[in-house]
Amino acid sequence: MSDAPIVVEDLTKVYRMGDVEVKALRGVSLTIEAGSFTAIMGASGSGKSTLMNILGCLDRPTSGRYLLDGRDVSRLDVNDLAEMRNRSLGFVFQNFSLLPRTSALENVELPLIYGGAPAKQRHEKAMHALGRVGLGGRADHKPNQLSGGQQQRVAIARALVNSPRILLADEPTGALDSRTSIEIMALIQELGVSGITVILVTHEPDIAAYASRLVVVKDGLIQSDIRQVPEKAELPPADAEGGAS
Amino acid sequence: MNPIQTLFISVRALLRNKMRSFLTTLGVVIGVGAVIAMVAIGEGAKASVSAQFAAMGTDLLIVMSGSSTASGARGGAGSAPTLTWEDVKALRTQVRSVRYVAPNLRSNGQVVSEEQNWMAPITGTTPEYFSIRTWPATKGTLFTQSDVDTGTKVVVLGQTVANNLFGADTNPVGQLVRINNIPFEVVAVAASKGQSAQGQDYDDVVFVPSSTFQAKIQGGLQKFVAGSLFIGADPALGTAAAQREITELLRERHQIRPGAPDDFTIRNLSEMANAQQEGTETMTTLLASIAAVSLLVGGIGIMNIMLVSVTERTREIGVRMAVGAKPRHILAQFLVESLTLSLLGGLLGVVLGTISAQQLASRFGWTMLIRVDVTVVAVGFSAFVGVVFGLYPAYKASRLDPIQALRFE
Repeated sequence: MSDAPIVVEDLTKVYRMGDVEVKALRGVSLTIEAGSFTAIMGASGSGKSTLMNILGCLDRPTSGRYLLDGRDVSRLDVNDLAEMRNRSLGFVFQNFSLLPRTSALENVELPLIYGGAPAKQRHEKAMHALGRVGLGGRADHKPNQLSGGQQQRVAIARALVNSPRILLADEPTGALDSRTSIEIMALIQELGVSGITVILVTHEPDIAAYASRLVVVKDGLIQSDIRQVPEKAELPPADAEGGAS
Repeated sequence: MNPIQTLFISVRALLRNKMRSFLTTLGVVIGVGAVIAMVAIGEGAKASVSAQFAAMGTDLLIVMSGSSTASGARGGAGSAPTLTWEDVKALRTQVRSVRYVAPNLRSNGQVVSEEQNWMAPITGTTPEYFSIRTWPATKGTLFTQSDVDTGTKVVVLGQTVANNLFGADTNPVGQLVRINNIPFEVVAVAASKGQSAQGQDYDDVVFVPSSTFQAKIQGGLQKFVAGSLFIGADPALGTAAAQREITELLRERHQIRPGAPDDFTIRNLSEMANAQQEGTETMTTLLASIAAVSLLVGGIGIMNIMLVSVTERTREIGVRMAVGAKPRHILAQFLVESLTLSLLGGLLGVVLGTISAQQLASRFGWTMLIRVDVTVVAVGFSAFVGVVFGLYPAYKASRLDPIQALRFE
């Protein structure tokens, strides 16, 4: 249990909107083991985004404990949270969230800049990360010169570049066609195999099926938490020769 | 993250919007340029005024005799001889604040060399005159007190007269010239002094010892000084003190009752110079203030664009925060952006200001003077403007909530 990278105990989050209190989370407890691939599912308004934001150190819980890599981050200040995001977490977003008019390489280098790595090391690590997602040859391409799938690969390379233990993917296939979605999910599964703990937030059951554990959130509580045999992300043989689009 | 990386990130962001960055900078360019140009021209005017007064002589007072009155018509300053040679002696020996006293006896005369002739003002004076006006000789040696004591027939030529009588290439020292048909030996040529503010040529003059002037050129009453007195005040005591003491002494010597008007006039050139200086100074300050206002307007322009930029790049800020940027990183990035804009504007402004001052100066025949301290202050002030007006947008950017920023469309 102490080895688990994420331990959440009785987490609540209350938003105030004028006079109305909105309870987004009402006591969530969750332990995620190292190297596991967990999907968090839920309808909009279920509290899954709030949970994701807290797990991603973008937000702080109202009460409860959150141990990330053995450290209680629920009461950290903004600077320490930024450091946690930089060192322990990698983010992948639905809309790719790359800096426009900035090369793939520089986008991938971004976390290293804030981590304070020297230029040479930054360059090497970023090139390695781009190689890992199969975009070694497109380091100097700008986002608008890349397809959606390629942009999401750049985002994944950026998430991986600082060698975090945890990858948080928020609807990573939401803006992609089904073929490309499968390619991206294959890549994420590969990462899981190589030991990175992956947490995926989605509302699509097809996508959640690729995970080995499925947590369903409803009305701010965990409704179900089941282990499952993950489906393998593979293109149907008929489409296989198309390659990355 | 080190400052060089911050600078790099900021410059990259500015280069992504070249046209906008340029237009934003323009306000500061014009502001700083205007300050530099205005001060350059103002300082130039000041410098040329002081150069003109320096050519007249420093710490200089001119004492002129009183006005004659004939049938109710008053002759103006210097028309009635009231200053005596005894007064000169008394001024020289009894007034503490007076360092030099030199008579300035004037008469026009035809100066004739072997080849040429030239009508020039003849000035009878003593060697002290050259000290008062800090006027050295370029060729030969100026006449001395012993020449004055013995009344030798020697002459010091002004540059213009020397050129007209002997040509610019010939050394006239040792040659003879005739003034009113009396032969004088040229002992020296005085250094060129240029022109007065009114365009009067200081070098179109010849000097002879005052005793020789009285004996050979002037004639008439010998008791009175037929001209004015040039007085060099002791710089440590100042011209105002000298003026007061001279007035006291002369009133006493001329037995003027209290309340009665002076029978002489004292002109204090230092005070005139100071007044002139103050005038140009006021003008410079006024122009520079107006220019500084445009610099301020430029700063507001920067703030405006930075605010637009922060809104426009909310997503970018969100992404940077998500990957680990701390609020101070974001603050620094936007602050350095506005600082870069304003500093660059300041430097371009210096170039623009210098060029336009030069253009104006050469076009209207003004003098200009680029002052290094003003340039440094103007650039420093533009940087200050960049920080002040960049602070609010940068602060706003750094306080964004990463979740909101990431969702911003």
